[in-house]
Amino acid sequence: MSTVVNIERLGVSFATDAGAVKAVDDVSLKVERGEVLAIVGESGSGKTVTAKTILGLLPDTATASGAVILSNKAGTAESDVVSLSKKQLRAVRGTDVAMVFQEPSSALNPVYTVGWQIIEGLRAHSSISAKDARAKAIEILGRVGIPDPEHRVDHYPHQFSGGQKQRIVIAMALVLDPGLIVADEPTTALDVTVQAEILDLLRRCRDEFGMGIVLITHNMGVVADLADRVAVMYQGKVVEEADAKTLFASPQAEYTKALLAAVPYVGTGTASAIERAAKRPADWVEQTPVVEASGLEIVYPGRFGKPGFQAVGGVDFVIRPGEVLGLVGESGSGKTTIGRAIAGLTKVTGGSLRVLGHEMNGVREREFRPLRSRIGFVFQDPASSFNPLLTIAECVAEPLVIHGRASNPAAARKRVDELLEAVQLPKAYGDRYPHELSGGQRQRASLARALALEPELLIADEPTSALDVSVQARVLELFAELQREFGFASLFISHDLAVVDILADRIAVLYRGSLVEEGTGAEVLGAPRDPYTQRLLASLPVPDPVAQAERREELRRLREAV
Amino acid sequence: MARSPERAIRIRASPDWRTLTSTTTAPASSASPAKRRPPKSSGGGLGRYIIVRALLIIPTVFILVTLVFVLMRSTGDPITAKLGGQLPADQLAERIHAAGYDRPIIVQYLEYLGQIATGNFGTTLTDNRPVTEILVTYGAATLELAFYALLVAFVVGIPFGLIAAYFRDKGQDASLRVFAILCYATPVFFSGLLLKLIFSVWLGWLPVAGRASVSAQLQMELLPNKTGLYTIDAIMTGNPAVLGDVLAHAVLPAIALGLLTAGVFLRLVRTNVIGTLSTDYVDAARSRGVSEYRLVRKHAYRPALIPIITVIGLQIALLLGGAVLTETTFEWKGLGFMLSEYLQARDFVAVQGIVALLAVIVALTNFIVDIIAALIDPRVRY
Amino acid sequence: MSTDTVIQPPKRRLRDRLPVVHQVRQSVGLQRGMLVVGLVLTGLFVLVAIFAPLIAPFGFAQLRDLEGPFGSQQPPSAEHLFGTTVGGYDVLSRVLWGAQTALYVIVIAVILSLFAGVLLGLVSGYFGGWLDRVLVVVCDAIYAFPSLLLAIVMAIVISGGQSNLWGGVFAAAISITVVFIPQYFRVIRAETVRIKAEAYVESAKVLGASNGRVMFRHVLRNATRTLPLIFTLNASEAILTLAGLGFLGFGIEPTAAAEWGYDLNKALSDVSSGIWWTALYPGLAIVLVVLGITLVGESLNDLADPRLRGRRRVAQASGEVAETSVVPGGTLIAGPGGLAGLEDGESFDEHGIEVRS
Repeated sequence: MSTVVNIERLGVSFATDAGAVKAVDDVSLKVERGEVLAIVGESGSGKTVTAKTILGLLPDTATASGAVILSNKAGTAESDVVSLSKKQLRAVRGTDVAMVFQEPSSALNPVYTVGWQIIEGLRAHSSISAKDARAKAIEILGRVGIPDPEHRVDHYPHQFSGGQKQRIVIAMALVLDPGLIVADEPTTALDVTVQAEILDLLRRCRDEFGMGIVLITHNMGVVADLADRVAVMYQGKVVEEADAKTLFASPQAEYTKALLAAVPYVGTGTASAIERAAKRPADWVEQTPVVEASGLEIVYPGRFGKPGFQAVGGVDFVIRPGEVLGLVGESGSGKTTIGRAIAGLTKVTGGSLRVLGHEMNGVREREFRPLRSRIGFVFQDPASSFNPLLTIAECVAEPLVIHGRASNPAAARKRVDELLEAVQLPKAYGDRYPHELSGGQRQRASLARALALEPELLIADEPTSALDVSVQARVLELFAELQREFGFASLFISHDLAVVDILADRIAVLYRGSLVEEGTGAEVLGAPRDPYTQRLLASLPVPDPVAQAERREELRRLREAV
Repeated sequence: MARSPERAIRIRASPDWRTLTSTTTAPASSASPAKRRPPKSSGGGLGRYIIVRALLIIPTVFILVTLVFVLMRSTGDPITAKLGGQLPADQLAERIHAAGYDRPIIVQYLEYLGQIATGNFGTTLTDNRPVTEILVTYGAATLELAFYALLVAFVVGIPFGLIAAYFRDKGQDASLRVFAILCYATPVFFSGLLLKLIFSVWLGWLPVAGRASVSAQLQMELLPNKTGLYTIDAIMTGNPAVLGDVLAHAVLPAIALGLLTAGVFLRLVRTNVIGTLSTDYVDAARSRGVSEYRLVRKHAYRPALIPIITVIGLQIALLLGGAVLTETTFEWKGLGFMLSEYLQARDFVAVQGIVALLAVIVALTNFIVDIIAALIDPRVRY
Repeated sequence: MSTDTVIQPPKRRLRDRLPVVHQVRQSVGLQRGMLVVGLVLTGLFVLVAIFAPLIAPFGFAQLRDLEGPFGSQQPPSAEHLFGTTVGGYDVLSRVLWGAQTALYVIVIAVILSLFAGVLLGLVSGYFGGWLDRVLVVVCDAIYAFPSLLLAIVMAIVISGGQSNLWGGVFAAAISITVVFIPQYFRVIRAETVRIKAEAYVESAKVLGASNGRVMFRHVLRNATRTLPLIFTLNASEAILTLAGLGFLGFGIEPTAAAEWGYDLNKALSDVSSGIWWTALYPGLAIVLVVLGITLVGESLNDLADPRLRGRRRVAQASGEVAETSVVPGGTLIAGPGGLAGLEDGESFDEHGIEVRS
């Protein structure tokens, strides 16, 4: 074994409007050949900055101290990235170290073919002939699992799917056979089933190409699946470093413990769901449902006479009073569309959707408006769900003012303070502007606003997907608490089975606009019947290296069975 | 941290108002359907795009022609405007009647639309020539001027824009930006006057005005199949002195008009290239060891070119407006010069005709430019 | 979220909230230089415009003083610092008075187009539908058309060509307005369409807010944040259009007001005979004013765009360590929202005045 990168006492500072800010502080790390080092941390931990420093990709506003000693694959030459000149850096990039980016669709230049982009990297470092370079590009595309590479090499990035694009980005990293690959959240932008495939590919990079990999991620499941060693970063420092099995089995640092405890597990919510079900009155099933969809169909109109796009087709489900329905699906499955349709933001084009006793198919805004006070909505992106020019108190008071419970935001202040307290925010935060709150705080304020009128139905559209895992855990806990207290029915939309499982009484799985499976958490997660649900469940990595290895086998069997 | 669309779009907004407005609308209108449409677009997108885009010419021309008609006629009939006060009332009325200007305005409007549809843009009052004939006679001169001006604009604007982006925030960048601002802060007639003063009057290097000297013009007049494009005609005479004369006449007007557009191009190229330089794919290429020069030249420039070309289409309008002023300054006998002559003569039929004709030309050039932009973008092509 | 936003006390100091002052303080190096030069030039222009009657040695239409007529095309002298025009006016006086005319036109044109354009853009973008489609096609058509030609047509309509001071000023201003409305319309409409899809607007709709409330409380104020920028850019465009109209003979009579474009038109024939002072000074006046306003506009734009904004470099690994970013109310559990932006270079650069203004 030889060391491919040795980071010594690295410090990185940035110039910001508010003065200099230190992002990485005294970090020392090592990666050996054929080893995957995962750097784990939440946003702001400095993990991405550390990764970018390895390639010398920091922006001009950053300055670095310390050393990043990079060796070539053969172990014959060393260089310190921090002190290299621009020209020397260029020679190192691609040949000694390569990078895989988070968002494959933006990491590929849209106006050049993928082959052109792979060949460009090859020719930047050697005087290889155009013909040989092309042959090599085709070969590498084949090796990362792009079917028909001879033909696909001349295609443009937009002609590939997201997972394929990430394979191409990986191919570009592999083509010069570097000793080290830095993968910055390589699967975050991908659906969980695709994620599993990309993780497999990265594992092959390690095993077949003998590369060292620095894996930057916030997802403990991904770490458990791929990493040999783990470094946990918090606020610019490495708080713990251990091999993967040890770290998950016996974390030492307080932060690591808290982080692991915050990760949602599939199966944790089953018990509480059964408990809740037991408490319901006998005639509960006969009560009028809050939401009832039958044969629900939503088609987005096409432009310029193109056929429309069917987002949802023939979906049936009910949400009864006080019940939480978890709606799970990957991107493009239509889950958000259903949520928006219930809130009257998207038009229902077919079938029937009854919300609080009103038919939404063909509903007019004027008829629906009075009902809005009985529906709450929490949006996905906490950054944009508040008017940046209004204070939090004014935002939370909006529903009260609109529905005549208060004449102006000031008059509603008392109620607003109560609500803020209910979502565990200090009253004083009411006077702040949205940008002065963190993502988790904003999402709590968002809950406060949604609950201001004590609605019977709350639609939560991926309310925690933009949050860090520890913040997510707190928001989910709060949600469960509020649901117990206020007793609202809820449609909880998420792409994450584990998150849905914590809160939902029943889980509905959506795949390409249709409902493939529905049932209690125990039914859907314990014994899934639909092959898609099975695959989805098996693809979800669990934060435990040993268990994850077994699941990987399970997933492989499932794939072979198809 | 989720990247809000707000910022992504704000970044595109660049200060030149034409750039700003055109590029901000584009992502706003295309973002939402892209999200909803299935990821892969089906084939034949380009053909459909061309047809839809071509159909859009009709309402554009219709609106502009109508606007010009309504505005020009809202003040009264052209004959009163031209001859009011000069002729006795009964003679005036007679001439108005003869020209049909006393009929209901709607009838006149429909007739006008019919004429436009058949390519008849009216007949001038002052010298009784069909407007289309004016186009044929003087259009070549404007085309020639626009061509040379665009040449200057491209040669100056694009390389300097790339240089400014490459040396961002350094001395080269700062001086080029000030140069760009000076380029479009100077009205063409003022830069024209200065150029004339320095190079023609004081230094005596270049002719003061016109498209060619009298002797050269005479030689070209004798050609059997002259094009009206003096550069081509001069080549056809086979006399290098004539060609030299024609080119010498074109230098100053082309620079005056070209620099105006060059300033816009420069900043447009700079802003867009800097914008694309901070994208992930440029970082990705950098991580493969691609040189900084190549990053600017290949990775940033080509994607940046798509919005640039669209905006260049809109610059055609600026160029035509500038051509009116340039031609007046240099007595360059083109459409713009004639327009200003007819304006002085208060011949509003001619003005209306020329303006309507220019509207058609603008709509057509914009169409062509949009198609070129689409052809460069593989996402539209495939 | 960025560090500063968390540590910062909720209330910002006044000097950071004043629009232009804030930007001057925020800018560095060359950018600050450009902004300051622009502000000085613009300020000078406004001062000259206001105090023209006091500064100018003669009236704009004055042909003689107590010692007799000024004479035509006199070269610069102690009495006439910039010489006299072909019509016998004092060039210096007309240059100074011209600032006043230009300012009138800018103010009227920008105010008129602002109101019409913003209202149309807001309504059109918010409600969509057929009205929106029609307005977009109409505005796009006008927008693509040479603005000077349109201004000429408008000038003919309004004044039949020439007129007195206020008639001429209004004719020029309204002609420019018609050209500008589509621009404001497009910008505001694009912003409105974008903001309409933002979660906070949808959230207001879900709450059952009326259209008027959503439009004015949530959309309008957020959509107009780019206006100061367009405002400065259109102001310079207004001057150029006014001068262009004047140059083509559609400006204001020399006896009614001083107008730079008109003076340049009259200087056209002077240049051929080597008389430079009649063209140079009014031309320079236009260039300097447009330069000043454009510099302000460009600098504001660069500062508003984090990717174009320059920053001071920091010393080696300096600065406070990230602990400062911890949100009040607990360390890990509350979540380190602070340095979120530092996670990658690009989003890091995004914290601009959007976050703070």
